[in-house]
Amino acid sequence: MSFKTPLGSVRGLGSAKSGSEHFWRQRLTSVANVPLVILFVIIVISSLGKGYGEVASLIGSPLVAIIFLALIISAVYHMYLGMQVIIEDYVHGEGVKIAAIIVNTFFSAVIGIAAVFAILKLSFGG
Amino acid sequence: MSSDLVTKLPLPEETLMAEPKSNIERPLSPHLQIYRPMLTMTMSIVHRMTGAALYFGTLLLVWWLVALATGPDYFAYVQNIAGSFIGRLVLFGYTWALVHHAIGGLRHLIWDTGRGFDLNAIEWFARANLVGSIVITVALWAIGYSVL
Ligand code: HEM
Repeated sequence: MSFKTPLGSVRGLGSAKSGSEHFWRQRLTSVANVPLVILFVIIVISSLGKGYGEVASLIGSPLVAIIFLALIISAVYHMYLGMQVIIEDYVHGEGVKIAAIIVNTFFSAVIGIAAVFAILKLSFGG
Repeated sequence: MSSDLVTKLPLPEETLMAEPKSNIERPLSPHLQIYRPMLTMTMSIVHRMTGAALYFGTLLLVWWLVALATGPDYFAYVQNIAGSFIGRLVLFGYTWALVHHAIGGLRHLIWDTGRGFDLNAIEWFARANLVGSIVITVALWAIGYSVL
């Protein structure tokens, strides 16, 4: 038997069992995205008109690579959470909904892994 | 599930005798189409649309990064596509979506603190979001062209 009070055992559980956590992570990544997106725009503008070697070493340089890694991790997680809400709002068939959520997860994971790999390769050479 | 519960409950005689009411047309809550379209409403929907656009825009960013990691030839190929007329059009749209979504997101974060809910503030934010996103996007591209 459980010694939790009835209120204690349901606290934090919404219809999706993790609603407040989802909301909180969406906000956290939103806050992180603000400075990261601004830095991203500055980096992209400063790369304009440069040749391959220059751009590759710019993106691979430690500071820029760290900013890009942070941006990718925060933005991909943020867009994954956001797309899940869109799916939950508009896709009503239970099977299609689960399928869409699986596709969203795989798409986000593949995108994130590819970006992290590319940034690390540019940083560590090869 | 709730209807199962209801049928299992002991009901007073008169309710049991009553006609089933499930096919009565009840008034529906007012739906979107009966409201006059407002800027605030549009900006709310646009925030979601730009979010979805950015979702697929990330694919372009990752394509560019992977091209850069692949080598000079493939990178030149991708840069050519990005620099074409259609490429620039897409990237201009991407820039606007990013700026608009960022401003709209900031507004959401301010709302989350419980502030900015009076009608004047809401209306002001909707306008600032629209005008600000256009001005900033054009300014960024002007800077971009001056760097090139
Ligand atoms: C610049 C900083 C950004 C901020 C401040 C921000 C903020 C937000 C906020 C607060 C929401 C939740 C809206 C709601 O609860 O209705 C949201 C949704 C979303 N965001 Fe962002 N975001 C940013 C950047 C991005 C980026 C870079 C992407 C894509 C890679 C993105 C994709 C999405 C998506 C797909 C949604 C779901 C849309 C919805 O539910 O209406 N966001 N964003």
